[in-house]
Amino acid sequence: MDFILDNQQELVKKTAREFANDILRPGVIERDEKSLFPKNEIIQMGELGFMGMMVPEKFGGSGLDTLSYCLALEEISKVDASVGVIMSVNNSLVCNLLYKYGNEYQKNTFLPKLASGKSLGSFSLSEPQSGSDASNMKTFARRESSDFVINGTKNWVTNGTSSDIVILLCLTKKNVGYKGISAFIVEKTFDGLTTGNKENKLGIRGSDTCEIYFDNCKVPSKNLIETEGEGFRIALDILNGGRIGIATQALGIAQESLDRSIQYAKEREQFGKSISDFGIIQSKIANMAIKNEASRLLIHKAAILKDKGLEFSKEASMAKHFSSEAAMSNALECVQIFGGYGYVKETGVERLIRDAKITQIYEGTSEIQEKVIAKSLLKGD
Amino acid sequence: MMKIAVLIKQVPGSESPLSIADSNVWLDEEKVAYIMNESDNYALEEALLLKEGTQDCEVVVVSLGPERVKKIIREGLAKGADRGMHLNINSNDVTDPLSIAKIFADALKSENFDLILSGLQSDDLGHGQTGIIIGELLKMSTGSLAVSTKLDGDQIAIKQEMEAGFFQNVRMSLPASITIQSGLNTPRYPSLKGIMGAKKKEIKTLDIDSSDQKLKISKLYLPSSSNEITMIDGSPDQIVENLVKVFKSEIKI
Ligand SMILES: Cc1cc2nc3c(=O)[nH]c(=O)nc-3n(C[C@H](O)[C@H](O)[C@H](O)COP(=O)(O)OP(=O)(O)OC[C@H]3O[C@@H](n4cnc5c(N)ncnc54)[C@H](O)[C@@H]3O)c2cc1C
Repeated sequence: MDFILDNQQELVKKTAREFANDILRPGVIERDEKSLFPKNEIIQMGELGFMGMMVPEKFGGSGLDTLSYCLALEEISKVDASVGVIMSVNNSLVCNLLYKYGNEYQKNTFLPKLASGKSLGSFSLSEPQSGSDASNMKTFARRESSDFVINGTKNWVTNGTSSDIVILLCLTKKNVGYKGISAFIVEKTFDGLTTGNKENKLGIRGSDTCEIYFDNCKVPSKNLIETEGEGFRIALDILNGGRIGIATQALGIAQESLDRSIQYAKEREQFGKSISDFGIIQSKIANMAIKNEASRLLIHKAAILKDKGLEFSKEASMAKHFSSEAAMSNALECVQIFGGYGYVKETGVERLIRDAKITQIYEGTSEIQEKVIAKSLLKGD
Repeated sequence: MMKIAVLIKQVPGSESPLSIADSNVWLDEEKVAYIMNESDNYALEEALLLKEGTQDCEVVVVSLGPERVKKIIREGLAKGADRGMHLNINSNDVTDPLSIAKIFADALKSENFDLILSGLQSDDLGHGQTGIIIGELLKMSTGSLAVSTKLDGDQIAIKQEMEAGFFQNVRMSLPASITIQSGLNTPRYPSLKGIMGAKKKEIKTLDIDSSDQKLKISKLYLPSSSNEITMIDGSPDQIVENLVKVFKSEIKI
């Protein structure tokens, strides 16, 4: 086992870092404050290949592995976690799902645009009454000759207002639990689909989250992914990969918290010395760094297992749980090290706390990750 | 086919720790974080832009140095250069511009490049002569400090930066060796596809004999710093007069 990045991986990381610092950093505070979706930035990322990193070139992607994706996503999320989640949803959930489960028609029709950033995808599983208990959904697709007609309300859809394509999980059969759930590719232009207002959120305010309403929305059956009843299995499988993405987003926030802390601690003087000379500050910095290193190892392990085609669901849950807790704790420590200067918007570190919080909630709360991990450890066969 | 060579050098990054090696003639390379020399990056972008505007054109990135310089060659290939040449020397021994230029001229001669672009100077040694001497050695037209370039048949038109804010438009026949000023374009990021594709591109390695050189660094050291403060008292006029004296005679601005 070696932990050394090869030339290509280093260049991916460097490119992402330079792009993030040059292009994303200048507007990050304004986008947060005004809840502005980074439209032009996402287009540029698409042109560079960041929106479909793991999709093979023949479907318009960059053909890289999950580890390279993590290296890039960490650098992007370090600077702007909103861009991080937009990238993560499009790559880990939408593109990966279509590539793994879509048929040739679906892959040829939708992937090239999604993987090159010419269109944007979202992934819609949650409903107002079904969050952690995702299979308890109500949205229903009724078969009508060669079409499905969908009715219901989905919520919390990341990229909800900006996306062109929605991967929708809904029932095609009632009263059989998760076995009645199917996955569809729904185009935003289909009649009967409307989106709600953007949610006014605590953090990741540059990303748009909204409800989606289906009112007799007709979807052709060629847009059904695999067969009826396979949706929940597909969603859970894809969410395992998604968790690697969110863990990486969290790591980006945690690393930014550390980097900003180190920089500020060296600059700030109190009691006639640099605050970095105080043992208590040093201890905070050391502990933040330990958490980041451990997060990174967990994430990279899950990514490598995934790339090798091995079981990685427990590892992805561990990575997401640990990294999101680390992000929250490092962001709080960072603001603490900045003192009063951390509590105002100009220094840009209070946002880290607000952005970190979501990583403990979406794509499975920390409590649900513990449930997944324990279940996998306790299942006796 | 139009053939363009871009000379790229790997230099210590401006944020890299720079500590002097025990030999006292060079940096402790172990600790240095290397990057592509800034103006070379602009030269590379200029070459890629020329390639995009020319029907049949090949861009070759060439770097002189030890194994580590392959990193920037790959970066050049990822950005869109067609192939790379690594002029392999074991050490940083060769530091004089004439010896360096001779090495390049020998290595590039048989390739018959129409155009050689290089940065105006390297950020570590800063001689600012290499590109021009290469042009002379290869009997090419030469131009320095270009802030714009335009290919026109078998000629190239460039705008050169002169002293004191003056510019000069010159036109010269190909083949030509031109040094490029930073800031004339916006260097691109390599696309991820480009990064993937770079693996398949050729890097030709030529081993270089570095025994013939005209100049040697005898000592590399940090200037000693002192915190002397001289207060200048008096009326505003006297202060100005004395300050000008200090500028003229002591600091020698
Ligand atoms: C900004 C944002 C973006 C989102 N993006 C998307 C998206 O793109 N697509 C999508 O489908 N969804 C998305 N979501 C939804 C998100 O995945 C859910 O919010 C999340 O799964 C939690 O569901 P919930 O909010 O209904 O909380 P609940 O499930 O109601 O949970 C409430 C609390 O109870 C705890 N809890 C629940 N069940 C258990 C249990 N069995 N054991 C112990 N504790 C438990 C939870 O951990 C939590 O603390 C997004 C949410 C937000 C806020």
